[in-house]
Amino acid sequence: MATLSLFPSDPVQWAWGIVLFWLALGFASLLLQGSQRLLTRLLFPLGALGALAIAGVGAVGLSAPASSIVLPIGLPDLPFHLRLDALSAFFMVLLGGVAFGITVYASGYFRSMAAGPLALLSLWYHLFLAGMVTVLLADDAYAFMVAWEVMALSSYFLVTTDHKVPEIRSAGFLYLLIAHVGAVSLLLTFGVLQGGHGDYTFDTMRLAEMTPFWASAAFLLALFGFGAKAGLVPMHVWLPEAHPAAPSPVSALMSGVMLKTAIYGLLRVTFDLLNIQIGWWGTLALALGLITALYGVIFAAVQSDMKRLLAWSSIENIGVIIAAFGLTLIFYTDGKGALAALTLTALLYHALNHAFFKGLLFVGTGSVLHATGVRHMGHLGGLMRFMPWTAWLTLIGALALAGLPPLNGFVSEWLLLQAFLFTPGLTQPYLNMVIPVAAAAVALAAALAAYVMVKFYGVVFLGQPRDPVLHHAHEAGWAERLGMLWLAAGCVLLGLFPAQVIEWLTPVVRLLTNQTLLNDGSWLMLAPVSAERASYAPLIFFAVVAVVLGLTVLWVRRVYHGRVRRSDPWDCGYPEQDARMQDSAEGFGQPIRQIFEVFMKIERETPDPFSRTPRYRGASLDKLWFILYAPIARVADWLSQQAGRLQHGRIQWYLIYSFVTLIFLLIFTTR
Amino acid sequence: MSTGILLQLAQTLLAILLAPLLMGWVNQCRAWLQGRSAPPITQPYRTLRKLFHKDAVIAHHASPLFRFAPYMIFACMALAAGIVPTLANDLPFSPAADVIALVGIFALARVFLALAAMDIGTSFGTLGARREMLVSFLAEPALLMVFFTASLISQSTELPVIVETLAHREFALYPSLAFAAVAFWMISVAENARIPVDNPTTHLELTMIHEAMILEYSARHLALIEWAVALKLFTYSALGIALFLPWGIAEQGELGMLPLALVAMVAKLLAGGAVLAFLETISAKVRLFRAPEFLGTAFLLAVLGMLIHFMLEV
Repeated sequence: MATLSLFPSDPVQWAWGIVLFWLALGFASLLLQGSQRLLTRLLFPLGALGALAIAGVGAVGLSAPASSIVLPIGLPDLPFHLRLDALSAFFMVLLGGVAFGITVYASGYFRSMAAGPLALLSLWYHLFLAGMVTVLLADDAYAFMVAWEVMALSSYFLVTTDHKVPEIRSAGFLYLLIAHVGAVSLLLTFGVLQGGHGDYTFDTMRLAEMTPFWASAAFLLALFGFGAKAGLVPMHVWLPEAHPAAPSPVSALMSGVMLKTAIYGLLRVTFDLLNIQIGWWGTLALALGLITALYGVIFAAVQSDMKRLLAWSSIENIGVIIAAFGLTLIFYTDGKGALAALTLTALLYHALNHAFFKGLLFVGTGSVLHATGVRHMGHLGGLMRFMPWTAWLTLIGALALAGLPPLNGFVSEWLLLQAFLFTPGLTQPYLNMVIPVAAAAVALAAALAAYVMVKFYGVVFLGQPRDPVLHHAHEAGWAERLGMLWLAAGCVLLGLFPAQVIEWLTPVVRLLTNQTLLNDGSWLMLAPVSAERASYAPLIFFAVVAVVLGLTVLWVRRVYHGRVRRSDPWDCGYPEQDARMQDSAEGFGQPIRQIFEVFMKIERETPDPFSRTPRYRGASLDKLWFILYAPIARVADWLSQQAGRLQHGRIQWYLIYSFVTLIFLLIFTTR
Repeated sequence: MSTGILLQLAQTLLAILLAPLLMGWVNQCRAWLQGRSAPPITQPYRTLRKLFHKDAVIAHHASPLFRFAPYMIFACMALAAGIVPTLANDLPFSPAADVIALVGIFALARVFLALAAMDIGTSFGTLGARREMLVSFLAEPALLMVFFTASLISQSTELPVIVETLAHREFALYPSLAFAAVAFWMISVAENARIPVDNPTTHLELTMIHEAMILEYSARHLALIEWAVALKLFTYSALGIALFLPWGIAEQGELGMLPLALVAMVAKLLAGGAVLAFLETISAKVRLFRAPEFLGTAFLLAVLGMLIHFMLEV
C-alpha cells in the first residue's frame, strides 16, 4: 500500500491520476464557457486521450498483481480506499476502449451546440467518466457509494441536457428515482456485508463470516440495487425513457458502459465480497435474466423510435448477461469450476461486445438525428444513399448485435450456448431439465434480435426516403466517422480474434472462479473445453466466405459479363408506388405485436372510414408499467398526502413535535 | 490432411454442381404427382444459364448492398454446403464452424437477403423481408434445439463427431431423435420456402414470402440467389441425412468407401426429394399467421426431444 506520490508507479495510481485529469477537464470547461471551439477541439479530444489511457492502465493492470492506495480524502477515520485488481482492470479496458470512440465522436457531434450549455455538458460528461472509473476502483463502501452517486447524478444532468422539453424532464426524473431506489438498496447491501464490524472497507467484508441467511439477504439486495441500474425486469422502465432523451453520445456511454458498472458491482459483491455462494441465487438470476432478455427483445421489435428500440435491445442484452451470471453461479456452487469459468468468460465477453456494438449503434443514430432531426423511424428511410459512411459502419454494429458470424456478438452467444450444452451431471436433477429450456430461451432471444436489427437497419437506412427532407441529409463529419470507425473496428476484431481475447480474460476468470479456461485450439481457433467437443475459427470462416465471394465475382464477370441497366423498380408491375407504400416501423413490428400481444397494453386509434385525411395511431405500451408501477405511485402519493397532514407550517407545532420526540427518546434511553 | 483438404474441396464443388439437380428432381416428382408432364431434370441448369446471359436490370436508387447481397448469400451457402458431411466424415475445415456456427451462416445469408429486399423500398420487398424474418425467428432457435439434442447425445457440437457417434450407435428407435427428426423436417420445409409455409411457385401477394424478397432481382443476381436456394435445399437435405440416416458415409481413412458413400448419398437424396414432393402435393399452404403456429410446434417438438433425452436416455 502506498500513498499518492507525484510520480505514479502502480496502475492504480495512474488510474487515479486520470480520474483527476478528467475532473480537471470538467472544471476547466466551466472556464471555457465562451469558446465553443476550444471545448470541442481541445477538451473532448483530451478527454478521449484520458479514456485511451484508462484502457491502457486496465490492460496493464489485468496481468499485474492487485495494487491499492489510500487517499487522504473522505471522512476523518474513513479515507478513500482504492484498489485495482483484474476484475476492475477488465472493466476499465471496456470503459476506456468504448469511451475513447464515443468521446472522439462527441468532439465532432457537439460542434453544433452553443458554447454555454456545451460547457455544462462537458463538465457532467467528464464527471460521469471519472465517477464510473472510481466505481471500478473503490475499495470501501463509502468511496463506492460516493462514486456511484457521482455517476448517477452526472448522468442525470446529461440526460436532461434538453431540459426545456417536458418529456425529457420527466424521463430524467424517472431515471433519478429508480437510480436512488437502487442506491438505497446498495447501501443496505453494504450494511449487511460489513457484518456488525462497523468497518466498511472491502477488505474486512471479504473476511466477514456470514450465515446463509444474511448472505442471501446481501445478495438479494445487491441483485435489486444493481439490477435497477442495469435495467433488469421489472426495474427496467427508466431505460426506454432515459436513453432516447439523452444526447446520442451520452446514450451510447450510458448503454454501453454505465450498465456494465452494475454488472461489475454484481460480480464484485457475489464472487469477491461474499464468502459463500448459494445455488438458488443462480437459478433466480438465470430466470430473471431470461425473462429480461425475452421481454426486452419483444418490446424492441415493436418500437418505432430508433433510440427507444436500441434501449429495449440493451435491456435484452443485460438480460443475457444476467442469465450468464446466474449460470456461472449455478456451476460454481455445484463444484463445476471449469464450466463456471466458461460461462464467466461468455459473460465478460458479452459485456465487452455489447459495449462496442451498442455504443456504435447509438452514435450511429446520433448521426442520423443530426442529419435529419428525426428520431421516429416512420419519417426516415433510404439514408444509405446520403450518408454511406454512417450507414456501412452502423451495418457492422447491427450485424454484430444480431449475433451473426464472424462479428463479435456471435462469439459470446456461441460461448454461452456451449456453456448451456455442457450442463449434464449437475447435482440438482431439476436443473438438468430446466437448463435446456433456458438454452432455448437464449436462442429465441438471439433470433428475435436479428428480427429487430433487420427492422432497425432496413427502415432507417434502406428503402426510399419517407420524408422529402431526407434528400438533404448530410454525412457525418470526420471526427464522428473516426469515432464510429474505432467502435466498428472493435466489433470486427473482437469477432475475429476470440482465442486471444479469451486468453486475455484469463486473470479475471481466475480471480473469480479459481479456474482457468484453457483454449484447446491454436491461435486461429476457439475451442474452450476440447477441440473434440466444440470449436469455431472465425478467421478461417471469414477467409472462406471472402474467397468464395471473390471467386464468384471473378467467375461471373469472366465467363459471362457485368452489364447493368438502370430502370425504375419493378414491384410486380404496379406503376404508382411511393415511399409510403413501404413497411413502416409499426408495420414491420406488427407480426411480433400480434404474437406477443399478452405482454403489451395496446392503444389503437383507427380513423373514421369516411375521413378524408385518415390517421392511424397505435402504441404498444409496457404492461408492467400499469400493473406494477402505477399502483406503487398511487400508494406513494397517498402516503405523502398522509404525511402532509403533519405539516402545518406553524412553528408551534414543529416545536411540539421536537418536544414529544425528545420526551419519547428520553423514556426510551433510560429504560 | 492433404487428402482431407482435397476431399473437402471435392465435396463442396460436388454440392455446388449437383444442388440444381436435386431441385430439378423435386420439381419433376411434383409434376408427376400432380399429373403434369414434367420438365427435364436439368431444367434448373438451363434457367441459370439463361439468367447469367441476361443484362442485369437494377432500380435507379439501388444501393451497393443490393448488388453485393447475392454474392454474399451464395458464398454463405457454399460454405454451409462445404461443412456438412455428405460423402466423407474426415473434413479438415469443419472445425472452423460447428453446428451453432452453421446456424449462424444461415442467419447471415437470411439477414442479407432481407436487407437487400428492403433496399429498393417497394411494398413487396419489405413485406417479404418482414415475413421471412417472422418465419425465421422461430425456425432458427428450433434448428438450434434439434442440433442440441444431437450434440447432447454425442457430447460435441462438431458435425463430423456428431455424425460418427450417431452412425455407430446400435440401431434402435431413440425417442429424442424421433422428436428432433420431425422438428427438423418442419424447419427444413419452412426454411426452404416450401409448402405448407411458403410456395416456391407462386407470385400471389397474399401468400408469397421468399419470392417477394427477390422480385427486384434479375439476371446474374437472380441466378446466384436461385442457385443459393438450391444449395440451401441440398444442404438441409444433407444435414437431415447426416443427422438421422448417417449410415454409409465414408469415415476417416476409408477412402475405398467413397464410391459406396456416393451411391448411398444419391439414393438417399432421391428418396428424400421424392418424399418432399409427395408431402408438398398432399398438403395445402397455410395462412401466414398459421405459420408461426407451425413453427412454434416445431420449436416445442425440438425442445421436447431435448428434454426426453434428459429424462429417458441419460
